[in-house]
Amino acid sequence: MAINSSVSGDGKTLMIEVDGRFDASSLDEFRSCYESGQSALAGYEVNLRKAEYLDSSALGMLLVLRDYAGGDKAEITISNCSPEVKKIFAISSFEKLFSIQ
Amino acid sequence: MNSVKTTEAIISKSKIKILVAEDSAVDRMILECMLKKDGYNVILAEDGVEAVEKFEQENPDLVFLDVLMPNLNGMEAAKKIRALSGDLFTPIVFLTSLADTESLVTCLESGGDDFLPKPYNAIIIEAKIKAFYRMREMNQTMVRQRDQIELNNKHLMQEQEVAKQVFDKITHAGTLDLPIIKYYMSALAVFNGDVLLADLSPTGSLLMLLGDFTGHGLPAAIGSMPLASIFHGMARKGFSIGDIIREINGKLYHTLPVGLFCCATAVDLSFHKKRALIWSGGLPEGGIYRAASQRFDMLKSGNLPLGVLSNREFNHTPTRYEMHEGDELFLWSDGIIEARKPEGEMFGEERLNALLNAQSPVADVFGNILKQVQEHIGDSDGDDDVSMVSLAMPDDSIAQKILLNAPKSRGSLADWAMTLRLNTSSLKTFDPLPLLLNVISEVPHLRQSSSVLYTVLSELFNNAVEHGVLNLSSQLKSSPEGFVEYYRLRKEGLAELVEGWVTIDFEHQLEACADGGVLTIRFTDSGSGFVKENDIERTADGNLHPNYYGRGLQLIESICEKLTINVPGNKVEAIFRWSTDD
Repeated sequence: MAINSSVSGDGKTLMIEVDGRFDASSLDEFRSCYESGQSALAGYEVNLRKAEYLDSSALGMLLVLRDYAGGDKAEITISNCSPEVKKIFAISSFEKLFSIQ
Repeated sequence: MNSVKTTEAIISKSKIKILVAEDSAVDRMILECMLKKDGYNVILAEDGVEAVEKFEQENPDLVFLDVLMPNLNGMEAAKKIRALSGDLFTPIVFLTSLADTESLVTCLESGGDDFLPKPYNAIIIEAKIKAFYRMREMNQTMVRQRDQIELNNKHLMQEQEVAKQVFDKITHAGTLDLPIIKYYMSALAVFNGDVLLADLSPTGSLLMLLGDFTGHGLPAAIGSMPLASIFHGMARKGFSIGDIIREINGKLYHTLPVGLFCCATAVDLSFHKKRALIWSGGLPEGGIYRAASQRFDMLKSGNLPLGVLSNREFNHTPTRYEMHEGDELFLWSDGIIEARKPEGEMFGEERLNALLNAQSPVADVFGNILKQVQEHIGDSDGDDDVSMVSLAMPDDSIAQKILLNAPKSRGSLADWAMTLRLNTSSLKTFDPLPLLLNVISEVPHLRQSSSVLYTVLSELFNNAVEHGVLNLSSQLKSSPEGFVEYYRLRKEGLAELVEGWVTIDFEHQLEACADGGVLTIRFTDSGSGFVKENDIERTADGNLHPNYYGRGLQLIESICEKLTINVPGNKVEAIFRWSTDD
């Protein structure tokens, strides 16, 4: 399990990529990604292409990120979701809070 | 001598051994002196017989032969020396006072490489020796390299022979000898990475896979090893064709280099359900010959080959086809379409389609296609890597006989139960989720649900640890700071834990119809329960102002058929029901 982040080419989006399990054990790593002082960011993208499993603590972490990014004004995309993950997001009505792809 | 002699040239000259055969003592001495003065290593013979003897003993680099000698003349000696020399080129130069053209020609025709007229000219001798020695060295290098290549080739052939025996076993293993299967794989095909596997499943199906790795030779063939072992291992345990394909895809994706992958079609033919599930990726379509209409239905190939996509992006869902008694499924590699005439013309899709759509049906479709392809190829060799297989839907009595050999389902987990109790020290350090998922994945069909089951197990385990053993309150998580604090407390709590335990019970049963099953998951913990708190959480359902907690149980309920929480909440039971798709 590992979490990597990088700033997109135009410098406006922080890309966060989750590899393996996405749950409470990745909390510190996940937080340090976006709390490491990148200012002037317009949005965030959480790429779940390589995420194998996730649970409700991952959902909580995404909500914390949303709050950090400005709450209702936050621009957060969750990309490359598998059908199972999309289902989990749907159950929690996440599509109203995030842009899910 | 007019040429500048370097030290190197002198050293190499002393290594050059020259045989001089000359019956006239004076002539012999003159030539000997000239050569020795130049630094060559000189051996002398007084007639043809001695020349041949000395040649055998000394193996000189260059031979000077007088044409006219007693006992054996120069031309006869040259023939013998030539024969003794074998593959190695030994220049033979005739020494002659004859000047007429005819005699000189005869010298060369009898096996000489050049002639040296008497009286001798030192400069010409030196030049000729150098030229011939170069030729000899070139020839030696060539012979050495040829021998090396021959040796390497021999080793390679031996290795390939052994490897081919192994591959034949692997790629033809299983139940290909069943009366309902006809197949042809050309000798070259096996080593070009074509693979054909068949096995009976305890579910009463025949599973088959025809694959074609990209590339040629050993790199292509090597991928068939993991492919075959996964196929047979999982087929005998009763895993579905989709699960097997997915597992193979994941393995190939992780082990093969980019650019090497496997085009394949996989089939699950169920005798009693009268249907075939077919997954197809990258191979030519193939078709089903319908006994009733005597026509071909072509299959659809919609997927990327195995080993290209990660399992996350990979679609392993097969397509369902009805199969009636006498219907016959045909699969072939692209070798059959690309089979070439000696002139290079391909067999082509058009010819194949014409055969398949022929108005007058033939009794032996398989034999007919194969015959046409082989007649097309004719004597041309080279790219003959043709693989073709047919699989016929048998009548019930034959099906029963075949299934007598099917493995019983004892090879996989079916009805079972297990209990895992994690005591204090394990709770502090051990993450039980991978272990639990491994056990669950041993059940055919539950494996494909491992992602959602992970979510269920993770929720239940974290509930038990956090709200049970550690007695943490979810309400902490109602602010971002609290969320972080909550997980800090969890870490701290586990580190300082003095006493606590979590017990996990699994119970799995196949349903009576054997097309599905029920998994009961029970988590019990040493805590005092959280039911009251849980009630509060539930009222938050559907609330658009999200809390950072309260989603766990909701998730479980949506995935599982039933979720029961006892009072006071230190025991939770979730029931997960599954069934196969058809």
